[in-house]
Amino acid sequence: MSSLLLLATSSAGPTIHVPHVDYLSILPMLIMMGGALALMIVSSLFRKVLGVGTGTLVASAASIAALVAALFQWNEVSTHGAQVTIAGAIAFDGFDVFIQIVVAIAMLLTALIADGYLRREGVEGPEFHVLAMMSASGAMMMGAANDLIVIFLGLEILSIALYVLAAFNHKRAESGEAALKYFVLGGFSSAVFVYGIALTYGATGSSNLPQIADYLSKTVIAANGVLLAGLALLLVGFGFKIAAVPFHMWSPDVYQGSPSPVTGFMAAVAKAGAFAALLRVFVSSFGTVRADWQPIIWALAVLSLLVGAVVALMQRDVKRMMAYSSINHVGFILLGMEAATARGVSASLYYVFTYTFLVVGSFAVITVMARDGDTGNQISDYRGLARKQPVVALAFAVLLLGQAGAPFTTGFLAKFGVVSAQVATQGYVLAVVAMVSAAIAAFFYLRLAVTMFSPVGIVGDVPDDAILGEGGTTVSDPSRGAPTVGGPIDSGGAVSSLQVLTDAPATTAVIDRGPVAIPGLTALVIGVSVAFTVVFGIVPGPILDFAHQATLLFP
Amino acid sequence: MTHTPFPFLTVLVLVPAIGSVLVAIVPRHAVAAWFHEALGVAVSVVTLCIAGTIAFKFKAGFGGFQLASDHVWAKDLGIHWSLGIDGISLFLVLLTAVLFPLTMLGARARRDPRSFVGWLLLLESACMGSFVSLDLVLFFLFFELTLVPAYFLIGGWGYARRGYAAIKFFVYTFAGSAFLLVGILAVAFIHQSQTGVLTFELPALMHTHFSGTEGVLLFLAFTAAFAVKAPIFPFHTWSPDAYAEAPTAGSILLVAVMAKLGTYGIVRFDLNLFPQASRTLAPLLLTLAVIGIVYGALVACAQRDLKRLLAYSSLAQIGFIALGTFALNSQGLSGGVLQMVNHGLVIATMFILVGWIYERRQTWQVSSLKGLQSPAPVLAGIFTVAMMASIGVPGLNGFVGEFLILTGTFVAHRWWAVAATGGVIVAAVYLLWAYQQVFHGAPTTEDTKTRDLGWNERLIVAPLIILIVALGVFPKPVLDRITPSVNQLVVHVDRVTNTKVPAGLEPRPVAAAQQHPGASSAIAPARPPADLGPAAAVTTGGTP
Repeated sequence: MSSLLLLATSSAGPTIHVPHVDYLSILPMLIMMGGALALMIVSSLFRKVLGVGTGTLVASAASIAALVAALFQWNEVSTHGAQVTIAGAIAFDGFDVFIQIVVAIAMLLTALIADGYLRREGVEGPEFHVLAMMSASGAMMMGAANDLIVIFLGLEILSIALYVLAAFNHKRAESGEAALKYFVLGGFSSAVFVYGIALTYGATGSSNLPQIADYLSKTVIAANGVLLAGLALLLVGFGFKIAAVPFHMWSPDVYQGSPSPVTGFMAAVAKAGAFAALLRVFVSSFGTVRADWQPIIWALAVLSLLVGAVVALMQRDVKRMMAYSSINHVGFILLGMEAATARGVSASLYYVFTYTFLVVGSFAVITVMARDGDTGNQISDYRGLARKQPVVALAFAVLLLGQAGAPFTTGFLAKFGVVSAQVATQGYVLAVVAMVSAAIAAFFYLRLAVTMFSPVGIVGDVPDDAILGEGGTTVSDPSRGAPTVGGPIDSGGAVSSLQVLTDAPATTAVIDRGPVAIPGLTALVIGVSVAFTVVFGIVPGPILDFAHQATLLFP
Repeated sequence: MTHTPFPFLTVLVLVPAIGSVLVAIVPRHAVAAWFHEALGVAVSVVTLCIAGTIAFKFKAGFGGFQLASDHVWAKDLGIHWSLGIDGISLFLVLLTAVLFPLTMLGARARRDPRSFVGWLLLLESACMGSFVSLDLVLFFLFFELTLVPAYFLIGGWGYARRGYAAIKFFVYTFAGSAFLLVGILAVAFIHQSQTGVLTFELPALMHTHFSGTEGVLLFLAFTAAFAVKAPIFPFHTWSPDAYAEAPTAGSILLVAVMAKLGTYGIVRFDLNLFPQASRTLAPLLLTLAVIGIVYGALVACAQRDLKRLLAYSSLAQIGFIALGTFALNSQGLSGGVLQMVNHGLVIATMFILVGWIYERRQTWQVSSLKGLQSPAPVLAGIFTVAMMASIGVPGLNGFVGEFLILTGTFVAHRWWAVAATGGVIVAAVYLLWAYQQVFHGAPTTEDTKTRDLGWNERLIVAPLIILIVALGVFPKPVLDRITPSVNQLVVHVDRVTNTKVPAGLEPRPVAAAQQHPGASSAIAPARPPADLGPAAAVTTGGTP
């Protein structure tokens, strides 16, 4: 590690003025990048000898090391307060450290899930973990970035690795399809984002966040068209990354097509990084012009809340449903941002943190439930799970209830936090819309949960089929052999619920495969996620405090 | 507020929750088939014992919260684990504690008893928590928590259209709660802007001042949730489906206990937090209550399905409770609170009986049952008692509550009381009609083979029948505990709304004024203070 740091220092050269580099402030992302490089080199030298296990081991070790480094950072930040390092490019504050911790945890959990997935799918090799670690370092950089250019760097590091990860399962056609969609739209949004940076630079004379804030607080721009255009373009770029409606079009296809561990990683890490940068840029730098952007965020939040919840109702594919559910969650996180208060930011951070465990844990279950070749992603595939594997069913039910915001889970406190931030700033309409969307969302989570607890093939017992509209599968799936409930009904489009109530069970009863295999490491991830969700739902103090502290240390 | 060194209420809430976890973690194959059900009953009996201890420790004649405990739960969000019990919640807690073990014994699962018992215990914990929470957010947590087990019970063990019923139930009630949470937060932040303290505790928040519009809007936000849960007309459309499609245990608990969360919420939170708005909007709520009474009764007349008939009769009964509540005087409210308990006992008995009829005959259709009286005389007899209580025959518990409600309403809002009395008569019509169809007449061969209640079934309904009769002939101990709390609430409402407190009410509880309580005088404990005499006399005439 130390030789790597020396290399970085000496290569800067004598002719350019070298800013003082505070390595502690970027240690977690250095560890992640270092881990990725080391793994790539080692595995290319000993390709024959090393299997999947090495990648998992290195990735987990790097994640834990990054986590420990972040704890040291936390200690430093809480004793010495927020700092700006490396020539103003990096913000070293509680907010930054919070994001490092979230990303490191998400990376650790993903590495453990991926182990079982890669073995099962027979896609061995270290590339998965290398790319995931690179991507995680990008998200960490976005959390630490104090300059629009550094945010862009982080965004690209994060995204490019993710494009490849989405295509990682080369045996499945839809994996490649998802990656292509993600890449084309992602590249487009990056371009928009860069243009937004350029316009913002033009309007304010700086790309440095504190300098922008400083400029805006001292200057009243008479003709602020350029600034507003810049803001709007930045927002589009961010909106795409967090998949807020109307920039969400890619997410259902990409979520469905990507390998399940990647989807979980995408939902947790890409969102954490993008939200970190979004909150920092808008709440802190553009805080003085909040009247200009708040209505836009308001609209994005309302649309995300409602579209996410309502469209998720109509999905038959669990991963697609999760994509829309994650759009709904984005709406909730935006509530905290729209409030633009310390309470709001803290609530959004808390939401991001708890959502990480919920979503990664859920995708851990989805990964194992999909079975060999990712074929078991329909809601009907979950029927009767409680009978075969009650522990898995219970764990997944807890995670779903957590996502639904059920009482005594972290999910409730997260929703409570953002809604209370809205009510505190008299945002009653948004608060009510959010709660109504939570009601709709709770319904499809519970529907899936009840499906797991329903026996296979009992006529009339079709809570999962009682409401449907669009058929879930847009990505073609030739490998899917078993006749499914989706088949005949999907092609017909909208079907009355009566027809479904009478038709569906006959076909549903066909699919009853044996218990799914659950690798030990995946079971560990599910267990940790469930424990986190319940324990900190009942004893909420520590995590709430952590998020609160992180906001206090936000300059 | 009195505090206690031993946290009875916390234990009351936690014991069923822990029982639920125990049921969940003991694997199905590791123990005998009956183990989970036995464990469930044992836990709910322990809960009943705790509730009994609480009732024993409860000091009559004191209106404030007792056995309170208060701990910071989520400091950053200002949420406290704040529990307390008063006369209004005491009997609802006891009702819950009595009904759960009886339900587990009397309405067992048709399949997978382990999950069934687990959900039931979680539901019990959530109901208990709702009744004893003094922190608004804590209340909301428990209030919402009840939805999860209820949804699973309906969706997992219900009858033919259970999927539809569960969804409808869930969406309606959760949508109502959406407004409640926003309302709770708004109350807390308005309180914070006035005092600088962020708290969700009811005793602190009830002194918050709201402007007229604020009060009305917040009242409506709170009432939306409670009116759906109760349900009060016109928010009742989910209830016939849910009650009819739920398994018997689900029906019992939905109607007898969970419906009371709605009416209890109105009494506890609406009246305490928004006295002015409650007074302003009382005519609206009274009208809805009366419509519910009359409409529920009329629609019940048209039902051919026993469970749906009971569902609509509940709508009428809940209407009575709401009527008494929004009379906003001591008799009306005491009657309303008492009627919550009465209705719970009576409707639970009837649903258990109807469940047993279904077990024997696989039908709830009134038309397919005939002359059950001769093959099943005990069943018929018990059904008669419950039916009479529901109609409001003197000597049974239903009468006392209805009488107090109508008295209280008559004093405050004469014409609503008169209209509601019509509902009492129609109630007699549909119940007697149903009874006649099912139990009278010449039984067919299939009817004659209908088995009467076994000794175990008799033992299960015995406590309910004893309570129905006991509360009818000797309600004084109950009213002695309800009335001080109700009076305190009425005084709070009157003080905020600047209404003159009637002379006879404030110092003396209604029931305490009675000299001769006892079996001979079912009416006596309910007799109102002297200055309200004429009104009471008129109402008595209208009660069958």
